[in-house]
Order: sequence, then C-alpha cells, then structure tokens
Amino acid sequence: MSSAPPAPVIDARGVTKSFGTNTVLRGIDLEVHPGQVVCLLGPSGSGKSTFLRCVNHLERIDGGRLLVDGQDVGYELRHGKLYELTERRIARRRAEIGMVFQRFNLFPHRTALENVVEGPVVVRRRSRAQVLERGRELLDRVGLADRASAYPSQLSGGQQQRVAIARALAMEPRLLLFDEPTSALDPELVGEVLDVMRDLARDGMTMLVVTHEVGFAREVADVAAFMADGVIVETGPPRQVLDDPQHERTQSFLARVL
Amino acid sequence: MTPAPGVTADPADPALPVVPLRHRGRFVAGLIVLVLTASFLVNVAGNPNLDWPTVGEYLFAPLTFRGLVVTLWLTFAGMAIGIVGGVVVAVMRLSANPVLRTVAGLYVWVFRGTPILIQIIFWGFLGAFVPTITLGIPFTDVVLYSAQTSTLIPATVAALLALGLNEIAYGSEIVRAGIQAVDHGQTEAAKSLGMTPAQTLRRVVLPQAMRVIVPPMGNETLTMLKTTALVSVIAGQDLLSNLQAVYAQNFKVIPLLIVASIWFLVLTTLFTIPQRRLEQRFGRGVAGSAVARRPFARALETWKARR
Ligand SMILES: Nc1ncnc2c1ncn2[C@@H]1O[C@H](COP(=O)(O)OP(=O)(O)OP(=O)(O)O)[C@@H](O)[C@H]1O
Ligand SMILES: [Mg+2]
Repeated sequence: MSSAPPAPVIDARGVTKSFGTNTVLRGIDLEVHPGQVVCLLGPSGSGKSTFLRCVNHLERIDGGRLLVDGQDVGYELRHGKLYELTERRIARRRAEIGMVFQRFNLFPHRTALENVVEGPVVVRRRSRAQVLERGRELLDRVGLADRASAYPSQLSGGQQQRVAIARALAMEPRLLLFDEPTSALDPELVGEVLDVMRDLARDGMTMLVVTHEVGFAREVADVAAFMADGVIVETGPPRQVLDDPQHERTQSFLARVL
Repeated sequence: MTPAPGVTADPADPALPVVPLRHRGRFVAGLIVLVLTASFLVNVAGNPNLDWPTVGEYLFAPLTFRGLVVTLWLTFAGMAIGIVGGVVVAVMRLSANPVLRTVAGLYVWVFRGTPILIQIIFWGFLGAFVPTITLGIPFTDVVLYSAQTSTLIPATVAALLALGLNEIAYGSEIVRAGIQAVDHGQTEAAKSLGMTPAQTLRRVVLPQAMRVIVPPMGNETLTMLKTTALVSVIAGQDLLSNLQAVYAQNFKVIPLLIVASIWFLVLTTLFTIPQRRLEQRFGRGVAGSAVARRPFARALETWKARR
C-alpha cells in the first residue's frame, strides 16, 4: 500500500446526474491529486456547481463512480457491493471536505469567530476554549484578526467570504471546494479573496475551484478543466487549455470571457 | 430698508419665521371622543349594580390567587407542550418520510379544524367515553397497567391536555413557517461542515427560525392566557372557574367578571415585556436589529439632539 503512488483525492469516472428529464452531467471524468489546484471553467448551466455538489454529496449521482480519498461518495464498498451510507456517516465524511459558496452562507446569528469555531465545536466536539485560539489564528490568516466579534451583516462581501474560507479551514479538510467564490463580489473586493486562495494553494491545499476568473486559473491552477453540456471537453495545464484551446467550445467561451 | 406690509420678504433670508399648520379637525375629533368616553366611564363606574366593594373584596382574595396560579400554570405548561410538540410536528411535516408527513398533517387538520371548546369538553369528559385507561401489549391479553380515567385525569390535567394538544397544531404551523423562512444555503453550509441533520436543525436552522417564530408565539401565549378561561366549562380550577363558583352562590356576576378582567388585563400587559426582549435576542446579527434594540435610548438621544 505505502509504496503505491498517492491515490487521487477526487477520482470521477463517468459520473452522470439528472434532474428529472434534464440530464446535467453526462459522464464526468476528472482526477484531482493531493496538493493540486484544479480550476473548472465553463458556460452557465454546464453543470459545474452540480458536479461540485456531488463531490460532498449535497447531490446524489445517478451513474458512474465518484471516489474521494478512494471511497465512494455516499457509499461503502463491501463484498463487491455498494452499500448506501447512513446520514451520520455521510456527515462524518463531509467533515473532511470544505466548501466555500458563491453567496458565503455564513451563519448570520454568530460572529465571525463563532462561525469559524462552530464546526470544530459541534462536529469534532472540541471544547470551545481549545478552539478559540485556533479560530483567531485562522481569522488572522485571512486578514481579519480585528473583526473576530463582528456579525456577518457588519462585514463586506469580501470579508464575509474570507471568514467563510476560515470556517472551512477550521475543520482541517483534506480538500476544499469553491463554487464561484468571487462571483457575488464587487470587482474591487475580488482581489482580497483570490489572495487568500493563492496563499492556500501555495501551502499545498488540494482545491477544486469553479471560477470565471481566467487570470487566477492561469496563474494558480495546476490543471484547468473546461466543461460544457455536462462533460469535460478539455483538460490540461492552464497555459494549454486557456491560451491554446483545441476544442471549439473552449475557444468560443474564452473569446467571450476575455 | 424695511419691506412694506404685504410685500414678500427676501426669499434668500435663511431665518424666515415658520408658522406650523394648526390641525383644527384633529382637535375637534379628539374632544368629541374624549367627552363621549368620559360620560361612558362615569355612567359605568357610577352604576350601583357594579358593586365596587365586591370587586375590591375579591380582587385579592386567596381564591382569586389560587385561580391565577392555575391560569398561569395552564398557560405556561400549555405553551411548553405546544412549542416542544410544535417543533416535533413541524419537523415531521417537513420530513422526507411520507407516513410522518401524513400523520402530522392529519393532526394539524383535526386540532385546528375543531373548536377548542369542544376539545376541552372532550378531554374533560374522557372518562365517559373511555372509563379505564389500559396499558398493554396490542392484540394480546397482557395488561401492564390499568386505572380509572377520572382518577388518572383530574379536571386541571384534562384542561392542560386540551390546551397543550391544541397548541401543538398552531405551534407547528408557526415553527414550520419559521424553518422554511431560513435560507437553504444555511443548511448546505451546516451540512458541508459535517453536521448531522439533527445538529443542523438545532445549531443553525432553529436559532434563525426563532426570529420568525417568536413574535407569533408571543401572540399565541397571550391567546392561550385568555383561552384558559374556557376550561371553566370543565371546572378546571382556573381563575374564571373559581370566580364562577362564587357568583353561582351570591349572583354577583358582573363584579366578579370585572375582577377576572382586571387580572387578565394585568397579565396580558406584563406578558408583552418578555416578548419584546426575546425578539431582540433572536434578532442578533440581523441588519437593522441594532436600531430596534433600544428604542427608548434612541428616542432619548434624538430628543436631546433636537434641544
Ligand atoms: N436542484 C436542482 N433541481 C433541478 N434542476 C437543477 C437543480 N440544480 C441545478 N439544476 C439544473 O442543472 C443545470 C446545471 O446547473 P449548474 O448549477 O450545475 O450549472 P453551472 O455550470 O454551475 O452554472 P452557473 O455558471 O450558472 O453557476 C441547470 O440547467 C440547472 O437548471
Ligand atoms: Mg454554478
């Protein structure tokens, strides 16, 4: 086991997903390796968010296999069969995956610091005193040490998103998922959030990022994947995918975005 | 040069005198209503049938206080049952399990669809329908426990049962509306931290739903306080039951009803104070709640600033 090359953190093979008659994912193949930053780009409605949500089982896949850390998302493989997991065990696995949302989704009734320590206290059952110090460190890391006692409604969008990142980091996740983390922000606030994400990438965090920030993808991503109509049509180093796209869908999308 | 009379003053003058509009209509209307109210009150208060000495005699009588204690107990215990049961029924109605959903829906349908007065009488006379209550294993003859219904359920307990079970139906609708008012993104954020559905409900959804739940629950408490008077039909030992027992003997119906009304007014007035405080507490972190937090302090500041 130990001599084998490190298994991919995410290993998607032919993942399909429909909402009623609307087939949204038509066979997604994607690998994300430890320490990699993979940026997922594509037109609206192509299924990027849906795929991301499948990875931490906010949506259930209909076909194919989706492995995180070698384990089927939402299932356990025993005696050649996939047994569906209980809610409790699904929750335990989700705790290993952080997620950052387009609309932040901070808990409005808790301060920035309380938001950050909520996961460790409730899910990991650490004592509040133990995690407060670490919570402050995380807020410091995203540049918000002085706003620990502010409520989300008293923070700017960029500050809220940075608290949301600190909240995800507090669980010490193996993997961070970002769903268009800067799309809801005023243009002048985008930079501060991307800076935090760049730091995380430098520190070796494994990240799957849905984004329209082509500049960020080009600079930070190890792999850029372009998605259209429920399939990944093109994937590779960002310089290749973004600067010399081979597929016609990628070319027309980039021509519109840039 | 001073302007001649009738000539307009300099429009650029920053210190022109201001004449406020006099609201003559308002003044006249206010005067009429005041006179009518005063003459009504004088007539009522002076009516010899009102018998103020009797009101005074019973206002602080031990029997009145015993009734008040029962009324308050019924109100709070009934609300406690209503809130706890309401959360359970609301969660059942929102659950993915169709059996739970249907049973919860039926419950709300029955208890909201029938008059509370009938429900109270029903529980009060349960002994007539079901003389003995038996706890056993269904479809066998094994009996674990059996007792007379009337000894098991005295009138006050029947009253509490009626009020509480009825309140669950209304409470569950309020809680359900509160839960549904919480943004779905909140549930997703809680789930992706690894919270179980129960943790998500307790730590994230319910605290935020409270903001929507507390104001109508406050109203429910006031309604419950006044509804307790209905349990007098089964002699529930509450305030009205006790006073009714008195006027059944001395026929001083009106003075004793005034005693009851005075106490209900006192209690309803007192009840609005904790309601305000709860609303502030659960408004935490919501934009604008800092403004609502201290209305008096703010009014005072505005007033000072104006002087
Ligand atoms: N819960 C749902 N129920 C039904 N249809 C859904 C649901 N979620 C997404 N869809 C549909 O799936 C398709 C893909 O949506 P998705 O949000 O994954 O796209 P996206 O690539 O993230 O787009 P965007 O860039 O606009 O965020 C859309 O047609 C959408 O209407
Ligand atoms: Mg999306």
